[in-house]
Amino acid sequence: MKIYDKPVIVIGVLIFLAIFAFPLWTALGTTPPQPKVELPKDMKECVAPTEYMKSSHMQLLNEWRDSVVRDGNRVWVSHTGKQYNMSLTNECLRCHNEKSKFCDQCHNYVGVVPFCWDCHTYPKEAK
Amino acid sequence: MSFIFSLVAVTVLVLVPLVGVTVADLRWLFGVVVPYAAVATFLIGVSYRVLKWSNSPVPFRIPTTCGQAKGLPWIKTNKLDNPCSLPAVIGRMFLEVFLFRSLFRNTRMEYHQGPKVRYGSSKWLWLFGLLFHYSFLVVLIRHLRFFTEPVPMWVQIVEHIDTFFEMGLPLPGPDGLYVGLPLLAQSGVILLAAATLLFLRRVVIAQVRYISIAGDWFPLLLIIFIAKTGIIMRYVLKVDVVTVKKLTMSLVALKPELPADPISFMFYIHIFLVSFLFAYFPFSKLMHLGGVWLSPTRNLVNNSREKRHINPWNPEVKFHTYAEYEDDFREQMIEAGIPVEKEA
Repeated sequence: MKIYDKPVIVIGVLIFLAIFAFPLWTALGTTPPQPKVELPKDMKECVAPTEYMKSSHMQLLNEWRDSVVRDGNRVWVSHTGKQYNMSLTNECLRCHNEKSKFCDQCHNYVGVVPFCWDCHTYPKEAK
Repeated sequence: MSFIFSLVAVTVLVLVPLVGVTVADLRWLFGVVVPYAAVATFLIGVSYRVLKWSNSPVPFRIPTTCGQAKGLPWIKTNKLDNPCSLPAVIGRMFLEVFLFRSLFRNTRMEYHQGPKVRYGSSKWLWLFGLLFHYSFLVVLIRHLRFFTEPVPMWVQIVEHIDTFFEMGLPLPGPDGLYVGLPLLAQSGVILLAAATLLFLRRVVIAQVRYISIAGDWFPLLLIIFIAKTGIIMRYVLKVDVVTVKKLTMSLVALKPELPADPISFMFYIHIFLVSFLFAYFPFSKLMHLGGVWLSPTRNLVNNSREKRHINPWNPEVKFHTYAEYEDDFREQMIEAGIPVEKEA
């Protein structure tokens, strides 16, 4: 088959393939990396079921924030009936005390930059 | 009728993965086989069609000219609308591809004071089209976070700008919670809104509705459903994105593997609709992605007066010039006293 204006056409098609198959070029031959989440060793359960925490913890934190900041209510009753102190720094980070081994693992993996740390500090980590 | 057909087709496309994953547990088919097949069809199909188009010779200059051509030095030339050089064509193509200039010129005929016809400016199509394409581009770029590891800085910057307003959606959700996070990505909402407006344009304007065929309704509905399922996944159902990325990264590394953790059926619907869009792409009007670059009425220099363009399939004509004629009969001509141009 005869291709008119061959150089232009071929370059155009190559640019198309380079752009649209971009993830393939960058991931070619690599092993898909996985996030390694380190769970607290001495604790068995979180404030909510794991499945819920995995997908909706940001929503829970948002609700905690609103409850504490707007209503002054710091008491959270979990699905098991246990009472918790609504606090990121004092409750969540008490068990998940190393941000880089817990929060950052998944957040970095899926490219999420949560705005928690715009205001909150996190405990110093041993390096 | 063509609309009903398209609506039924998209509904079937939603039901197929829904039933396939929840009832028949065909997660491997919908999570791995279909996406691979779709992307292969897309890449090969689009390349093939562009190569096939390039089989057609364009021997003559056929640009649509909407302005004064280059002529005498004291006549003002309209370089963009009647490009006389390569830079002018590049400028014209840039405005066309990136700013949809030809849609900007869209006019609307209307009756004015009885039978008087007037043409008014009509920018809606241009505006919705621009919103639609650019928000779709941002949505595509944002999705690169599922297909690259580590996520490139520029993808994060785009996402950061896209969630600029740091706005949650204060909607009531299950268990007394509200659907507040993650942050609202404007591109997704604008995409859905613009696609809906382009859709309504076909419904509301009678003339446009009359010329709309299934090939117009179907991709619009498909994209609307893709945007809806994406928005539902992000804000309402909260799909486990880490597990989703484990799957997508295994796909792009060509080492497909279904993650152990379950993924919501909504993800499978979304990825099936997207796969269908990709596979449908080379067979549809969506090929304007390639076609806009290859429109001879827009990408050619209007230089018919400066340069001779010869049709490549002109039959070869055997000429016998006067000089050759004279060579053949010079002696006889001299004998008969006929003047010759070149003496013997």
